[in-house]
Amino acid sequence: MKKEKIIEGFLFACAAITLLTTIGIIWVLLSQSFSFFKEVSVWDFLTDTQWTPLFADKHFGILPLLTGTLLITVIAMLVALPLGLTIAIYLNEYAPKGFRKVVKPLLEVLAAVPTVVYGFFALVVVTPMLQKLIPGLSGFNALSPGIVMGIMIIPFISSLSEDALYSVPKSLREASYGMGATRLQTAFRVLLPSASSGILASIILAFSRAIGETMIVAIAAGQQPRLTLDPTVPIETITAYIVQVSLGDVPHGSLEYRTIFSAGLALFVFTFLLNNISFWINKKYRQEYE
Amino acid sequence: MENGNIKIETKNINAFYGEKKVLHNIDLQMEANTVTAFIGPSGCGKSTFLRLLNRMNDYIDGFRKEGDVLINGVDIYSKNTRIEELRKQVGMVFQKPNPFPKTIYENVVYGLRIQGIKDKQKLDAAVENSLKRSALWNEVKDDLQKNALSLSGGQQQRLCIARTLAVEPSIILMDEPASALDPISTAKIEELIYELKQDYTIVIVTHNMHQAGRVSDKTAFFLSGDLVEYNDTKAIFTSPKDQRTENYITGKFG
Ligand SMILES: Nc1ncnc2c1ncn2[C@@H]1O[C@H](COP(=O)(O)OP(=O)(O)O)[C@@H](O)[C@H]1O
Ligand SMILES: [Mg+2]
Repeated sequence: MKKEKIIEGFLFACAAITLLTTIGIIWVLLSQSFSFFKEVSVWDFLTDTQWTPLFADKHFGILPLLTGTLLITVIAMLVALPLGLTIAIYLNEYAPKGFRKVVKPLLEVLAAVPTVVYGFFALVVVTPMLQKLIPGLSGFNALSPGIVMGIMIIPFISSLSEDALYSVPKSLREASYGMGATRLQTAFRVLLPSASSGILASIILAFSRAIGETMIVAIAAGQQPRLTLDPTVPIETITAYIVQVSLGDVPHGSLEYRTIFSAGLALFVFTFLLNNISFWINKKYRQEYE
Repeated sequence: MENGNIKIETKNINAFYGEKKVLHNIDLQMEANTVTAFIGPSGCGKSTFLRLLNRMNDYIDGFRKEGDVLINGVDIYSKNTRIEELRKQVGMVFQKPNPFPKTIYENVVYGLRIQGIKDKQKLDAAVENSLKRSALWNEVKDDLQKNALSLSGGQQQRLCIARTLAVEPSIILMDEPASALDPISTAKIEELIYELKQDYTIVIVTHNMHQAGRVSDKTAFFLSGDLVEYNDTKAIFTSPKDQRTENYITGKFG
């Protein structure tokens, strides 16, 4: 009886710590942002096209960081989605069982490599390679870290999508084969739609991972907030900016310092919205298919 | 038996899952435009044998067969056979209704879409035609865009039959098509089989002997992977030659 009480208390403490941490994070973000927004208007924050808090001529427009974040994330998804899905379909439909068992965990290692390594890989290997193909490419750019990040998040998509494909009932496959469908036709017309909610979940996860990724972009994208959709020039993402300021010599408590909280809040709201949208899409999709 | 009428013929079929041998030397000839029933206790190899006829076992790990299957006199396991073409010829209806999580309409035209047919009129015609032949048209003609999963089990199974008919096979394999259905739906399916026999060669697995008696012209009795007896259905049920057949149909075992 006593033992149970202790365990119960321990579990409660764990839950409480998690909850308190979350509340704490939100509290710090909000309170610091609050004092930030006393000096900078929300309107400027959302509409100004420059982000230069560390310069003499200060501008506090979040748009360049937001587009930078989106640009890199989209590039990463353009790489990860087709490759990840192809791998998932291949592993599920074509690969021999033993091969699948070996390759799946190997792929998952991709996500376990420290991101610093990816960052340097982007900077010293991928960028020079790309520069041979695209002569105007800057040494720092969105393209190279975007591609490398895409590779990093492949296993999020391939692994989870493969699980989703795997769980499509055998009877649906057989129905399709039975009418003369090839394996590829079956994969695209039956398996993918039937596994759509699981695949969507994998995409959401990969997307969130890409948005939150810091090291690769901090190292290889250059740290120049710039409102552009051009992937060949240096840009900065929200996370990279936060790292830059946290590691720099900006005095604590200053307005410059508080920018990282307002940027963090923007990121928080942004991912929160994305998650909700995808949750909503997922729900809608599910209703259609179940 | 006149040879001209033989639609499906198997020669010396042995089948294995891994090391386990589940069919022993099956020789069987099935005639065109007849209903052939496979009966026998659960696990005796009926499904395995049926699925050999459209190569549905091909993707099962560890499955292996010996012997030949001829359809219209052609070896369907030869290198020249395209498996997709074979399955257009030999349609299949499964034990549990397995409609796709798509609309009724899309379920029926599935087999045509994968053949690349896009002509709306052709597809519409196929939908109406197939649903009429599977006796489902009147029940669903106003909600063709409804999700197939919203239909009842019996309706789903008739939809699966419609979907198979739309591909215009000449043979239809049915693996206990009514075993998951209520008696009324079962009666509908049986009636349907009777109708379809005019135009198709039908092979049906059932472990319901009464069903075999009602719908089939010929019956094959399987036991532990052996073909024990094969004859006109009437003969099997009224004067079985083998003691084991008699035991089975009189309900002494199985
Ligand atoms: N995929 C499989 N892997 C291994 N053994 C199987 C498989 N499918 C069926 N079997 C075995 O083969 C035998 C025949 O099965 P089946 O053809 O399904 O019989 P029936 O349809 O008459 O019930 C059974 O002993 C069954 O356990
Ligand atoms: Mg069976």
